Amino acid sequence: MLGKLGIEALPLDQPIVVWTFVVVALLGVAILGLVTYYGKWQYLWTDWITSVDHKRIGIMYILFAVVMLLRGFADALMMRLQQALAATGGAGYLPPHHYDQIFTAHGVIMIFFVATPFILGLMNFVVPLQIGARDVAYPFLNSFSFWLTVMGGILVMISLFIGDFAAVGWVAYPPLSELGYSPTVGVDYFIWALQLSGLGTLISGINFIMTIFKMRAPGMTFMRLPVFTWTALITNILIVAIFPVLTATLALLSADRMLGMHFFTNELGGNAMMYINLIWVWGHPEVYVLVLPAFGVYSEVVSTFSGKPLFGYKGMVYATCSIGVLSFFVWLHHFFTMGSGADVNAFFGIMTSLISIPTGVKLFNWLFTMYKGRIRYHSSMLWSIGFMATFAFGGMTGVMLAIPGVDFVVHNSLFLVAHFHNVIIGGVVFALFAGLNFWFPKAFGFTLNETWGKIAFWFWFIGYWLAWTPMYVLGFKGMTRRLNHFNQPDWVPYLNVAFVGAVLIGIGTVAILIQLAVSIRDRKINADVTGDPWEGRSLEWATHSPVPFYNFAHTPVVTSLEQHWDDKKAGIDPNTVRPYEDIHMPRNTGTGFIIAIFGFIMCFALVWHIWWLAIIGFVGAIATFIVRTYDMDTDYYVPAAEVERIEAQYAHAAKGGV
Amino acid sequence: MSSVSSIHADDGAHHHAHDDSKKTIVGFWLYLMTDCLIFASLFATFGVLANATAGAPGAKQLFDLNYVAVETLFLLLSSFTFGVAVINVHKQNKGGALAWLALTFLLGLAFIGMEVHEFSHLIAENAGPGRSAFLSAYFGLVGTHGLHVTMGLLWLGVIMHQVSKFGLNAVMERRIACLSLFWHFLDLVWVCVFSIVYLGGVL
Repeated sequence: MLGKLGIEALPLDQPIVVWTFVVVALLGVAILGLVTYYGKWQYLWTDWITSVDHKRIGIMYILFAVVMLLRGFADALMMRLQQALAATGGAGYLPPHHYDQIFTAHGVIMIFFVATPFILGLMNFVVPLQIGARDVAYPFLNSFSFWLTVMGGILVMISLFIGDFAAVGWVAYPPLSELGYSPTVGVDYFIWALQLSGLGTLISGINFIMTIFKMRAPGMTFMRLPVFTWTALITNILIVAIFPVLTATLALLSADRMLGMHFFTNELGGNAMMYINLIWVWGHPEVYVLVLPAFGVYSEVVSTFSGKPLFGYKGMVYATCSIGVLSFFVWLHHFFTMGSGADVNAFFGIMTSLISIPTGVKLFNWLFTMYKGRIRYHSSMLWSIGFMATFAFGGMTGVMLAIPGVDFVVHNSLFLVAHFHNVIIGGVVFALFAGLNFWFPKAFGFTLNETWGKIAFWFWFIGYWLAWTPMYVLGFKGMTRRLNHFNQPDWVPYLNVAFVGAVLIGIGTVAILIQLAVSIRDRKINADVTGDPWEGRSLEWATHSPVPFYNFAHTPVVTSLEQHWDDKKAGIDPNTVRPYEDIHMPRNTGTGFIIAIFGFIMCFALVWHIWWLAIIGFVGAIATFIVRTYDMDTDYYVPAAEVERIEAQYAHAAKGGV
Repeated sequence: MSSVSSIHADDGAHHHAHDDSKKTIVGFWLYLMTDCLIFASLFATFGVLANATAGAPGAKQLFDLNYVAVETLFLLLSSFTFGVAVINVHKQNKGGALAWLALTFLLGLAFIGMEVHEFSHLIAENAGPGRSAFLSAYFGLVGTHGLHVTMGLLWLGVIMHQVSKFGLNAVMERRIACLSLFWHFLDLVWVCVFSIVYLGGVL
């Protein structure tokens, strides 16, 4: 009846997990209780869960990413503590199987449920505003994408308390991830969580390509697109090109595990190398999916806070495109040591090194943008400058790793781990926080507290260098990744420093939460009534903060690259009262949420081989979708009078009223 | 005032529906390209594993080209009948469109029936998907195509019901355009399956 699911699936013998569960359960009950106490269920359902507004979906993506960041970061702290404790022959406090799950979950969560949703959240919020659109191309699918991603995250979280998670590393190489070597449900949780969120990301990719192609304001040619939108476009093209490969690869792995097939097994002709090639055909461009929009964020921030147009706009666009193309020709550098031969390794080594050229172009563009600018050291600018220093270093160690001869020496060591954290934290995570500080007032109508923002930056920045510089050294000393316990007293000082670094990053993370709390408390004082708190340059700063649900009362007409800046110079107020028109908007719908719930039920049932429940989930999802297609009333018009009323409110607030 | 705004709204609605159709069809086409990449991954896997028969029977022993040729004919014909259905849609001939869609449905159903029969025949001969990597790759690729056609049949059924319910309005025309893209795409994939898996394997 319940497949493989039984009472023994609950990890009651592991006190750490039980206590985590108790805390999570209490927090959950507290949150549900508060929502009920304040009677906010109706509000949550109509204004958020069923919303198809790209801004609300973007905010929810980022909220989800921040919650998952806390989980992923807790995993990181546990690993650092374990290695600091278990470096001299002791067992530490985490048994190997638990430790293996933690490093797997850390990688999966940070890439799929922190970095990706945060980037998608920023794109959701910013791209339609930057191109002067009222929403994305397919608002309903946008809501569906978001909820799929959330359901994937929930599946990962549930694995903590029911059954176990994969203990195979975040890309789950076979044959280790095959049934013979990973007989528990851990890898199945991994597969189905990624199938859900991967489908969500793929649909988002299609959605944003179509949004940028088809919904730009009149006059916004491609060479007038703000750089963030350009990077979003290339990122979404990458998403559309690689996520199908991930879907296919994971489907084949699960066919091996569930149907006894032999794609990647050791027996009967299976070929594990095929999996490793396929997963990195997805996996390498995925890195650029994350980092290109990050580059876009820095471009916006650096130009705004230097008070200058971005240096070399066209160069930036071409560099972004070349990185996008090159990203498809480098996947083999993830397994130089697996015997492809000197010629193949040489080709992929050269292609990998080539990527540093367009990336270097970008770095110089940012530096030249700052050159002779009037730089304001806003916290998002600090994150950007911190990024330039950190990422340049990570880029250099990347070029080192691109040399197959060097890679043979340091592959699978902490040198590699230090390198990719160097570029992902220094490149992507810093951008997420820069973007958060930069666009927060646009979303909520008040700016974030600067003092706490700067405290957060400095703890993160110093913590990053303390945590990861020793790892480079340890890599040279021969320490391989994913060690549970070992007896090497001369590694201990480095591991202790790394642990201190992790704690500093932890304090930085807490500082961000405090920053949010303090800013919400002081929201009246920090209110942004102008809609343009940073002297912005692109269209999102031309409308009000917080942005009205229809984005722009009048569709902007674009005549230059920095439309908003040029309008300000020419003394044109975009919000001058003109006769308003009816605005066409999509209706909210709970369909995306409900389909995602059925998808979740199906995937949970597949993990545990509860076939009847899987069928219910599958049929439910399809049926809900079909029912939706019978609903022909999916949009409506906002009357001009209503637009006029809302605009008058904003005008009143801008004059100092409430 | 109200008459002015209603004129506006109508203009907007008309313009919007037209614009929306184009946007949806191009977006759907983009989705098909992602689907194409799923098939590309499966074809690549098949290419790598084609000779990994692990002592089990291979393509030459297992496949009956005549049988598959008939199967192929059904699917190719169904693409033709779908084309005729679309011509009827453009002529706003509801009855004709429904009749040709129904014929397409039957041809698709015959194709799936033959495929299921072939699969069960192979499994009965102890040449199921778990027997060798080659057979895994074969069932994986051909089965994924079959699943797509099955979902296409479900979609076709819904579309026929909606055409009879709503008539051939702009929304239905758009949906039929998407389904027709999907159907022809599956046909194209099948041509590759037939050439690479069956012809390439047997000849």
